[in-house]
Amino acid sequence: MDNQSRKISLQLKSSGVPSKSDLKPFLPSTHRKRKGAYALIECFEEIPCDPCFSACPFKAVKEFENLNDIPVIDFDKCTGCGLCVPECPGLAIFLINENRKDGKATITIPYEFLPLPEKDELVWALNRKGEIEGEAKVVEVKTYPKKSNTTVVTLLIPKEQILTTRHFRRKDQHE
Amino acid sequence: MEQVEILVVGGGPAGMMASLSAVQSGANVTLLEREVKLGGQLIKQTHKFFGSYKEYAGVRGIEIAEKLTSLLKEQEDKGKISILTEAELVVFYHDQTLGYTYKGALRTLKTQKMIFTTGASERMLPFPGNDLPGVYAAGAIQTLMNVNGVLPGEKYLMVGAGNIGLIVSYQLLQAGAKVLGVVEAMPRIGGYLVHASKIRRMGVPIYTSHTILEAHGKDRVEEAVIIAVDNKYKPIPGTEKVIKVDVISLAVGLNPLGELLEQRGIKFCYIPELGGFVPWHDENLRTSHPDVYVAGDLAGIEEATTAMLQGELAGLVVAGELGYGNLEEQNKIGLVYQRLKEFRTGPKSEKTREGQLKLIDG
Ligand SMILES: Cc1cc2nc3c(=O)[nH]c(=O)nc-3n(C[C@H](O)[C@H](O)[C@H](O)COP(=O)(O)OP(=O)(O)OC[C@H]3O[C@@H](n4cnc5c(N)ncnc54)[C@H](O)[C@@H]3O)c2cc1C
Repeated sequence: MDNQSRKISLQLKSSGVPSKSDLKPFLPSTHRKRKGAYALIECFEEIPCDPCFSACPFKAVKEFENLNDIPVIDFDKCTGCGLCVPECPGLAIFLINENRKDGKATITIPYEFLPLPEKDELVWALNRKGEIEGEAKVVEVKTYPKKSNTTVVTLLIPKEQILTTRHFRRKDQHE
Repeated sequence: MEQVEILVVGGGPAGMMASLSAVQSGANVTLLEREVKLGGQLIKQTHKFFGSYKEYAGVRGIEIAEKLTSLLKEQEDKGKISILTEAELVVFYHDQTLGYTYKGALRTLKTQKMIFTTGASERMLPFPGNDLPGVYAAGAIQTLMNVNGVLPGEKYLMVGAGNIGLIVSYQLLQAGAKVLGVVEAMPRIGGYLVHASKIRRMGVPIYTSHTILEAHGKDRVEEAVIIAVDNKYKPIPGTEKVIKVDVISLAVGLNPLGELLEQRGIKFCYIPELGGFVPWHDENLRTSHPDVYVAGDLAGIEEATTAMLQGELAGLVVAGELGYGNLEEQNKIGLVYQRLKEFRTGPKSEKTREGQLKLIDG
């Protein structure tokens, strides 16, 4: 997996929305996906930033040779603990679990907005362009005081949306 | 007249680190900051910083300011540093005499060495209607919003998709405002793509290869007209689009704030990659005046991480010149060089690298 030499798509560079080709090298194998939760690092560009490496207690994020390296995950070491999600300054790490008995998936999203949603609340799942994809149920809300008070929210979503849902919006009263 | 060893002008990340490293080497420092609080740009930055986890990556800007301030207060209690806030340097006389205002009075002091870390000012953009109330610089909006708790409008258009434009857009959304678009003349987003993705997934469109044509409104901004540009940045007639907003926020770059040094006849170079006119300086951040050093955005527009590293470097070098610092401190200089160099190896630092080469050529 040589993430360093990959080209970023024109779509991503000009609109901020990654294409399938941008995402592909970052995805785990089907075999790994079946084993349970995994972290997806959507950091496509060489920028001077490395806190994901030290955030991982299992050393699943490869040590950086240079501060500007693109992070690489060893999915055999990733236990799906999710500690990297509230750490990433770019809010670019998501925890995905598509190995559920109910056939659905969960995605854990860093969320820096107030008021926070509540557990079991129904919210609008938003895609990478901010368009509503459908309803999603909040299954967990967790704030990490030691990680600059970042909150992460876990949503229950259809499996088909694991690569598209990246944010959510709370419903207005009349919605 | 008051006599000091090292005068640091500006209490942003560069000035705070310069003061700390000089004091830790054993020197005595006086730090002047014109605002009420130390921290410079950091006190309005509610987002988590990039950089190395060895420095302050993952920590919010406001928290970095608090940490550095408390480290400085410890040194103040030990009598190693005198910190004056609401103290603005206004004149740089002959020799090493300088004048500053403090509590409404003009005071003077004489110093052996100086480190200037006065930061930068925001650029304006010429377009019809830019004098209407409702046209702001993005950093000014960030100050109003995050320091003073005032939101100057409801609907915003951001001009510029560099990091400042993207980050301030995100913070406006956090504050409950609507951002109806970000326009960027270049065909590509200039800031970090992760910042762009954050606002995209909240539904904010980014119009690359677009610029603002004009602002309309009777007593204040009521709408903005944007237009597509060709590959020579020339507007393409017929592509105008009207967006109803009450605030136009300009994030179109920064200029180093060096008037006081110009006043004193210090050599400046025009280096667009570093933000325009910058005081010439060598690797050790020394200017054409042997006792004057610069660090941070004043030495070239970059980031808080590099501002802190440059400040640390200048503080160590200046303390060393005055005979302070043991071997360990002097060895640190090499380490700081290395960290600065590594930070700047990425594609996002290309401009800085080019600017640095031009500096060497003078
Ligand atoms: C919106 C925004 C987002 C940013 N995000 C990031 C980021 O995520 N990561 C990052 O690394 N960088 C970021 N930056 C850049 C970073 O904030 C600056 O590069 C950094 O603050 C520069 O530090 P400095 O100490 O040189 O200047 P400043 O922080 O500007 O500090 C200069 C200080 O000098 C004082 N001063 C000026 N003139 C005088 C005078 N005559 N007398 C006394 N005091 C004076 C000022 O009041 C100020 O406090 C961001 C900047 C902005 C505006």
